[in-house]
Amino acid sequence: MSTTAEVPVSPAGNPIGFGRMLRKEDQRFLRGQGNYLDDIKLPGMLHGAILRSPYAHARIVSIDTAAAEAHPKVKAVITGKMLEGLKLAWMPTLSQDVQAVLATDKVRFQGQEVAFVVAEDRYSARDALELIQVEYDPLPPVVDARRALEDGAPVIRDDIEGKRDNHIFDWEAGDREATDRVFAGADVVVAQDMLYPRVHPAPMETCGSIAHMDRVTGQLTAWSTTQAPHAHRTLYALVAGLPEHKVRIISPDIGGGFGNKVGIYPGYVLAVVGSIVTGRPVKWVEDRSENLTSTSFARDYHMHGEIAASRDGKIRGLRVKVLADHGAFNGTAQPTKFPAGFFHIFPGSYDLEAAHCQVTGVYTNKAPGGVAYACSFRVTEAVYLVERMVDVLADELGMDPAELRRRNLLRPEQFPYTNKTGWVYDSGNYGHTLEVALEKAGYSELRRQQEEGRARWRAAGGSPEKPGAGGQHLMGIGISFFTEGVGAGPKKHMDILGLGMADGCELRVHPTGKAQLRLSVQTQGQGHETTFAQIVAHELGIPPEDVEVIHGDTDNTPFGLGTYGSRSTPVSGAAAAVVSRRVKDKARIIAAAALECSPDDLEWELGRWQVKGDPDKVKTIQEIAMLAHGTLELPEGVEGHLDASVVYDPPNLTYPYGAYICVVDLDPATGRVQVERFIAVDDCGPRINPMIVEGQVHGGLADGVGMALMEAIQFDSSGNCVSGSLMEYLLPTSLDCPSWELGETVTPSPHHPLGAKGVGESATVGSPPAVVNAVIDALEPFGVRHADMPLTPAQVWLAIRGRPLRTDIVE
Amino acid sequence: MQVPAPFEYDRASSVEEAVALLERHGAEARPIAGGHSLLPMMKLRLARPERLVDLNDLTDLSYVRAEGEWIALGAMTRHAELAASDLLARHYKVFQDAERVIADPVVRNRGTVGGSLCQGDPAEDLCAVVAALGGQVVLRSSGGGRVVAARDFYLGPYETVVAPAELVTEVRIPIRPGSGSAYEKVERRPGDWAIAAVGCFVTLAEGSVADCGIGLAAVGANGYCAPQAEAQLRGQPATEESFRSAAEAAAASCRPQSDQRGPADYKRDLVRELTQRALRRAAARAMAGGA
Ligand SMILES: Cc1cc2nc3c(=O)[nH]c(=O)nc-3n(C[C@H](O)[C@H](O)[C@H](O)COP(=O)(O)OP(=O)(O)OC[C@H]3O[C@@H](n4cnc5c(N)ncnc54)[C@H](O)[C@@H]3O)c2cc1C
Repeated sequence: MSTTAEVPVSPAGNPIGFGRMLRKEDQRFLRGQGNYLDDIKLPGMLHGAILRSPYAHARIVSIDTAAAEAHPKVKAVITGKMLEGLKLAWMPTLSQDVQAVLATDKVRFQGQEVAFVVAEDRYSARDALELIQVEYDPLPPVVDARRALEDGAPVIRDDIEGKRDNHIFDWEAGDREATDRVFAGADVVVAQDMLYPRVHPAPMETCGSIAHMDRVTGQLTAWSTTQAPHAHRTLYALVAGLPEHKVRIISPDIGGGFGNKVGIYPGYVLAVVGSIVTGRPVKWVEDRSENLTSTSFARDYHMHGEIAASRDGKIRGLRVKVLADHGAFNGTAQPTKFPAGFFHIFPGSYDLEAAHCQVTGVYTNKAPGGVAYACSFRVTEAVYLVERMVDVLADELGMDPAELRRRNLLRPEQFPYTNKTGWVYDSGNYGHTLEVALEKAGYSELRRQQEEGRARWRAAGGSPEKPGAGGQHLMGIGISFFTEGVGAGPKKHMDILGLGMADGCELRVHPTGKAQLRLSVQTQGQGHETTFAQIVAHELGIPPEDVEVIHGDTDNTPFGLGTYGSRSTPVSGAAAAVVSRRVKDKARIIAAAALECSPDDLEWELGRWQVKGDPDKVKTIQEIAMLAHGTLELPEGVEGHLDASVVYDPPNLTYPYGAYICVVDLDPATGRVQVERFIAVDDCGPRINPMIVEGQVHGGLADGVGMALMEAIQFDSSGNCVSGSLMEYLLPTSLDCPSWELGETVTPSPHHPLGAKGVGESATVGSPPAVVNAVIDALEPFGVRHADMPLTPAQVWLAIRGRPLRTDIVE
Repeated sequence: MQVPAPFEYDRASSVEEAVALLERHGAEARPIAGGHSLLPMMKLRLARPERLVDLNDLTDLSYVRAEGEWIALGAMTRHAELAASDLLARHYKVFQDAERVIADPVVRNRGTVGGSLCQGDPAEDLCAVVAALGGQVVLRSSGGGRVVAARDFYLGPYETVVAPAELVTEVRIPIRPGSGSAYEKVERRPGDWAIAAVGCFVTLAEGSVADCGIGLAAVGANGYCAPQAEAQLRGQPATEESFRSAAEAAAASCRPQSDQRGPADYKRDLVRELTQRALRRAAARAMAGGA
């Protein structure tokens, strides 16, 4: 289905509305004219560097900064003790916990911030770190989350009054008794343990901040790598007691966020303190290892799933227990009432009788954060769980995984559908999307080829005892069907630290008909400057090149909570549509005044109001803009100008979904896996700019291949992070990716003004289970039912031998 | 940005000058070639030379040429130049095989033959190739030159016989007309260091293996080679059966360590599988006329 056929074309060749157009932001990025944080240089600017803990868990005995202070280029050395004096040694996290800005009593993870040096240049700041003497008294660390709650486990958070264990929270959703009843009466029950390993967003640009506290005016300006500038402004005000009207956060061009740039890191606060202490602007930019070892990770969910079904393949219930490793401080970014994010979506896309899950969060001596990386607020983990469980069940029943899904997907007439945790899926035609994907993949032909391949492997001498004999490879086919809940969120349900998740938006149409759209969300590569201009074009008929999208500066944009969790189009996209409609309504009144008729006599044609039945009597939106700013007498109560503003509170989340099919080639002799084909059919409602949507999907699929096959932040038993560089934390490259085969179905959201659903995370959510299911499918001749990600060659080789490894800890 | 500790910098314009600079500044001075091993270590402050002597102007050390019964590779020849060399392609396809899987194009454009050997990383692919081929390393110091067999060049991981004020200037490979060679590597992702890798050559005579060399990377093999396996294969018929037993000998002879790339028994199994594959492919090339 195409939504772009009848869209008129602007003088610049762009669609006046939805359709493919090159991104407006690409010009500056391709010409090297972007302005990233580290490009910014202020007069008199100093540079900061952070001394970090070499230990996962240790008491700080003493810190001697004298030699560092004596360094000729050092301007200040800041320690936790000094921050205590300013009441800034601890800061609140996004999850009602506190996190040390600089350690005072203990260090609680390797890489934790211990001291901050401010110097005239970055090299001197780094050199001076080595002049600081810290005496540590090492303590036994908690590295294995599964042992965090054992009696006698070292207590990590003894800073919390009365804390005697490493427990953070218990949370549950669904109906426990109903689920137990279904399980008790089910023909088939299968269980599986699985780990969604700790992974890292690893954006190309690391995190950083430049703080400038003007001592005369008391104005703090902070240029920060932030996905949520407005939330940061309020947090600075709350944390540091700064007057919010004198805090300005500027988020310049951002080189990738993926959730890594949602929270406030100690380095940001330290840049502010450094500027207060020195009276000069202070820049702090972390290096690659700092980014990987100390900033927000994602996942780290140890899951136990159980699925109940009838013998003929009707899924009846799902029961889940999760142990969530939150690291040393509970810094998870998510709406306040949701300690396990939106894990509620774990029943997935299926028509179940009952479901229940319980999540327990624990502290470990690892970096804090969580839910970054196409955060999706734990939808990623939930989808992985259910899509793996469905394959485990298919294996148990000896049923084709496509057929099993076909029999259990929600049917179109069930929408809006209230799932077993009470969430209302807005719209869907799941079966259709699955069939489109199967058709595109040539599914039955693939299964036939797979059988032939297995026969060749056996004929050449391949067997469980001799996996590599004969040199034949094995094919694997994996399916996943995912439903996400994105676009947080309705104010009545969701807030972050008391801030509602509604987004402001302002539209100003200038006298000559050119427009500026001001948004609270902050692009990190998603193409906001193009997509949002196209929304205005679609609503008002102003060519997208005539609409400037302004974002990333709290002084110049309305309040809102930022870009993450695929919320920009569901929330701010809706706001942009609604604010455009307000302008359109006002334009009607002005046009009527000019045409000397009643507004009711006018009808809208894209870009113009015209008299019904008399299309010669017409005013274009550009003419109306000039009239609105001119001398035309307007009706009683109508003010001039053509501006509007709105605060959009979404009535519900939107629920994009998709059917993914992955085909892998697996060498059973070496364990090496190559993704040969990937078919991704996404339904995110109408696509505003299909090219940008496809780009989002491409990136997410590559992410998914990375997580499934190579990415993991791992620790040794002493709590040393062994994944602190891109030599060890492997990211996928083009050589790991096939030519993606994309498809679409279009099922609009009934409550979003454009029907759009948000797509930023779809592929990151949907692809890992497809890849893992494909690898496990390839291993069918060995009777393998599960192995944890990442499915590295070694992990596959071990799985063939029935002894896959834990992937959170390296011995 | 990761920043190294302070250091001084000289740019040598001749081998003599480089050697003299190294001698003058003693053990704290280090030559730098492509910098793709040394600079990352400096940025992590694992290496802290007080002075760098830059070899990148020594373009006369950049060549691949036939000299009598040898192919000579200048120490400053880049990975990319090895990959592109027709001469090497005509004599030893093992170089192309290996270069295709060493790092990525950016690293291959800068990294050098000399740097690879002198780095002596246990997983360095070129070390295994040169060891398999029974190459020699030519060294220069103010006292003159010396030649060391590649297999005797290494004292242990990251340790070589190169003296503080000594430079590697050339690597030599004996020409073996009609021989076949091949390289097999398994890594976690293209561009990553090997989990295990095997390079080899075979010379055939009347269906038997007249001569062979087997090099191993990333599995703790002394001098990156597998002499027992070679001894076992020499004189045997060039059959799957012989390759299998040589592969088993190679697997038995190495000492891999368990790490993030995988457990030791996996790596050992890979050596067996990859040795067999490499020998099979090298023999096929030999039978097709060589390379
Ligand atoms: C991301 C990445 C991935 C890589 N992957 C692989 C891989 O898969 N396989 C692989 O084999 N290699 C790999 N490498 C290493 C690469 O091959 C390097 O180029 C090589 O190891 C060193 O060569 P260089 O010229 O850069 O040496 P440099 O870094 O300049 O020097 C290395 C060492 O050798 C010394 N040295 C250099 N030249 C001489 C000389 N002529 N005489 C005496 N001493 C000298 C230096 O003092 C230093 O100690 C990788 C490197 C990177 C950065």
